[in-house]
Amino acid sequence: MPDPAIEFRDVTFVRDVTQRVLDGFTLAVESGEVVAMVGRSGAGKTTLLRLVNRLLLPRTGSVLVAGRDTREWEPIRLRRRIGYVLQEVGLFPHMTVARNVAVVPRLERWPAERIDGRVAELLELVGLNAQQFARRWPDELSGGQRQRVGVARALAVDPPVLLMDEPFGALDPLTRAELHAEFRRIQARVRKTVIIVTHDMGEAFALGDRIGVLDEGRLVICDRPGVVAASADVRVRRLLDALPAIPVVRTRAEGQTDSGSAPAGDRP
Amino acid sequence: MNAVVTFWSSHRRELAVLFGQHIVLVATATSVAVALGVPLGIFASRRPRVAAPIVAVANVVQTIPSLAMFGFLLPVPLVGGVGARAALAVLILYGLLPIVRTTIAGLRGIDASVRDAGLAMGMTAGELLRQVELPLALPSIVAGARVAAVVGVGSATIAAAIGAGGLGEYIYRGLSMVDTTVILAGAIPAALLALSVDGALLWLERQLSPRRRSRTGRGVAGVAAAVVALGLAIAIGVASRGAPGAIVVGSKNFTEQLVLGEVVAQTLERAGLPVVRRPNLGGTLICDRALLNGDIDVYVEYTGTALTAVFHRPIRADSSVVFEEVKELYARSGRTLLPPLGYNNTFAILVRGRDARALGLKTIEDAARKSTNWHAGFGYEFVERPDGYRGLATTYGLRFPEAPRVMDLTLSYRALASGQVDLIAGDATAGLIQALDLVQLEDNRHYFPPYDAAAVARAETLLRYPAARIALDRLAGRISASEMRAMNYAADVEHRDITAIAREFLDRIP
Repeated sequence: MPDPAIEFRDVTFVRDVTQRVLDGFTLAVESGEVVAMVGRSGAGKTTLLRLVNRLLLPRTGSVLVAGRDTREWEPIRLRRRIGYVLQEVGLFPHMTVARNVAVVPRLERWPAERIDGRVAELLELVGLNAQQFARRWPDELSGGQRQRVGVARALAVDPPVLLMDEPFGALDPLTRAELHAEFRRIQARVRKTVIIVTHDMGEAFALGDRIGVLDEGRLVICDRPGVVAASADVRVRRLLDALPAIPVVRTRAEGQTDSGSAPAGDRP
Repeated sequence: MNAVVTFWSSHRRELAVLFGQHIVLVATATSVAVALGVPLGIFASRRPRVAAPIVAVANVVQTIPSLAMFGFLLPVPLVGGVGARAALAVLILYGLLPIVRTTIAGLRGIDASVRDAGLAMGMTAGELLRQVELPLALPSIVAGARVAAVVGVGSATIAAAIGAGGLGEYIYRGLSMVDTTVILAGAIPAALLALSVDGALLWLERQLSPRRRSRTGRGVAGVAAAVVALGLAIAIGVASRGAPGAIVVGSKNFTEQLVLGEVVAQTLERAGLPVVRRPNLGGTLICDRALLNGDIDVYVEYTGTALTAVFHRPIRADSSVVFEEVKELYARSGRTLLPPLGYNNTFAILVRGRDARALGLKTIEDAARKSTNWHAGFGYEFVERPDGYRGLATTYGLRFPEAPRVMDLTLSYRALASGQVDLIAGDATAGLIQALDLVQLEDNRHYFPPYDAAAVARAETLLRYPAARIALDRLAGRISASEMRAMNYAADVEHRDITAIAREFLDRIP
């Protein structure tokens, strides 16, 4: 059996003496799998991602990417094979859309024609018309378009791993739903190993093959959506209960459903 | 205004040279300040603990008045002394603060998520700096360079005080000659230059803002980089320039000194010696330091001034005693005092002729009785010098209702004539005394020491050019007080060309 694409082995990360950001965290992410990590703000989600691309190193335990400890990876090489999508997107305001997408290929010194071809291909992949958008500036884009460019940029050199930090958190619900669908469509084509962190259980259900719940630096559960939705653990239920109820359910005469309405049950 | 235009057209070539010097001076200083300030700012922005002291030091430097800065730098080796090199050093120091500060601000203002994205994409520190941080900080850095350049255009006018040339030459010359036309001839182009530099760099700044960055923007950045590179090349050239193979003749910054400097220079030229002129140096101390450092080889000093202001010795009344003592003191620092030129340029306590006649004033003693409701105006040097105001007040019991106004020496003649002050301390040989109907009061208590004019030269230079000594000795005793006053009058009142005045004088003597 091949090594998992990403593996956390009993990882502890400490910001200062009093605060354990991650505590005995263990998780294996298989190649081509999408794991969605849910937790409230400050649960250590971003730290988790930064440990993978070696922006941080664990205090104890180890993080393995493609079977190698991140301590052994040359950080620049490691980061260039990991795409990273941020909530704030972090597009470079002094570069056009095309230049933004081309950043890593240029760092990797691809020939110009190859870069141009790849940029056009990626923009089409994320649903942006290359002709129309390539020469635009980041501040000429809507929030959703900017996030699409962010995804295209992260995929530019076809990295096997994609890390997404609250990628759709700042978008309006309709745009978000649209991008969720886009993400599933793209993932079906590119089959990346993906870790998404989010505070929104709904988003996790929309995107994850598996869903993990992170509470005070500990992994409570990481399993298939159906299993997580059925969990009785209070830390999981708290997140599930935070999902908005849909009042229409009440109109049925047959009485109350047992615990409000978890849309999770609607999922296949 | 017409007079200014006439002046410009009659001094076309000189104006072009001075304008060019000014631009080269500012462009060079700004380029070097950018080349030093940007890396310093990058370094400081990475280390907040270092940033605070760096900015603090740069702030302090900025608050030092530029003339004082030239004074501080005079004795410093390599960058000090007089001439373009020292002026560059001062202008560079002034330019550093705005550039360091805007570089730090520009880098700190970058959105954290943008920097994060760069790092996460696998940029090395260098790639992040070149591709993300510097381009984003660039408009801010250019704004700093703009401030530095505009401040530089202003400060460079003061650089004329240490012989660096530029448009300040006209301003100083105009002040010396009390001629607003000449002052404006320098001030107007300097102001226009400042405005156009400001406008050009503002345009560049706008071109470089992220949204407008385009191919033209990049072309402009290329031109700017070329200007910086050229400036650096000039700076290196200036810095590495060796001692010129010529005798450098200096002078202080008032008319009589300009005339004497020209007389000395032409005397040497007539003896077939190569001469570089460095007129208009900002005062006794600057000339003295410049002579000591070897930035100039010869200038004309006054024995009493040398005794008190240069060597800090007590005042003596006998002129030959003073001459011998000063000669001895100069010799100790490798400098030779040549024989006196013939006249004594003592301080002249001056009042309006109208007042002198109405009140029957003849001596300073007479004036002391009236001084209680008079206002006095003195040059900077006179207020500070040991043979200046304080001793004069004690000797004659002068009392004014308020502290004397301190003003430029040459302006004080006009101030007296126009009634803004009632008593000044001028030069006995000033051409303006006659021109403005002023009267010199007699120093009947012999307070002022003798101020015999005499050339002082570096001994080394006289040894290297024996012909120089012979030529300068020929000037001994040739210039009488009336001769000097006539030459000053020709320059100050008749606005005649100083070169011609000196030439005619040398033609007259055997």
